[in-house]
Amino acid sequence: MSVVLFRIDDRLIHGQVVVGWGQRLGIGFIVLVDDEVRTNDWEQELYRMGVPPSVEVIFASVAEASARLAEWERDERKGIVLTGDVRTMVALCPAMPAPRRVNVGGIHARDGRTERLRYVYLSPEEETGLRSLAELGTEVTAQDVPTARPVPLAELL
Amino acid sequence: MSEPLIGVVVAHTEVAEALVAAVRTIAGDDVGLVAVSNRGCDRAALLRRIDEAVAGRPALLFTDMAGGSCGHTAAVLARERPELRVVTGVNLGMLVDFAFHRDEPLEAAAERAVQTGRAAVGVVGGRP
Repeated sequence: MSVVLFRIDDRLIHGQVVVGWGQRLGIGFIVLVDDEVRTNDWEQELYRMGVPPSVEVIFASVAEASARLAEWERDERKGIVLTGDVRTMVALCPAMPAPRRVNVGGIHARDGRTERLRYVYLSPEEETGLRSLAELGTEVTAQDVPTARPVPLAELL
Repeated sequence: MSEPLIGVVVAHTEVAEALVAAVRTIAGDDVGLVAVSNRGCDRAALLRRIDEAVAGRPALLFTDMAGGSCGHTAAVLARERPELRVVTGVNLGMLVDFAFHRDEPLEAAAERAVQTGRAAVGVVGGRP
């Protein structure tokens, strides 16, 4: 199998990811790509608490993830690659195999962001980032849980 | 006597509000509980919400799931604050008991909540 979901979600590993997507897709590993969490052992422990023992959690910096993506794509198990923001996914994009698909799972309200969906708020920089993913041939859709309708980027912006 | 503890229930969607409303129905209005929802929050916003609810008081943070966004964020805040403890897996039995034992020291209250919460879980039914 391989990486079956590339997801942007500012809550990183939480119920929707582990239960909503993880159970449904039958995943065996989650890669959390975040430079800050990568260096924080204590926070890594917290994230592991939310994941069943049958699912491996890999913490990676952007550089490490870019270098190891091909390896994860060859993994026998199904996996999810998770970033906390648009910027990190944009940085990861060149290493992603085609056809590229990115799921916008949750970017919440903050100053400078505009509401696009109940669970997606975007700053102008984040809009530009998502557009740049699309221009690189990535199919970008917003979808919080698997049972929801995937909302195409054109409809989102 | 030291200030009684408060309890901040941190949970998904309307779970916290519903639990606190249920405790009030059972135990009266003065139960020392505040509800915080994670609705519409990223982790930073949820952290601020919990922090505002605590308002500098000694407190137990009751969260619905260990490892979810609520439990995670509560744990991040409690790590910085010696006057806070996180109790995961909140249930109604645990909260009702807490409402009547808010004068206990922080550590003892947290341990009591865990014991009471565990005791509230079981299987009923079936014929012998």
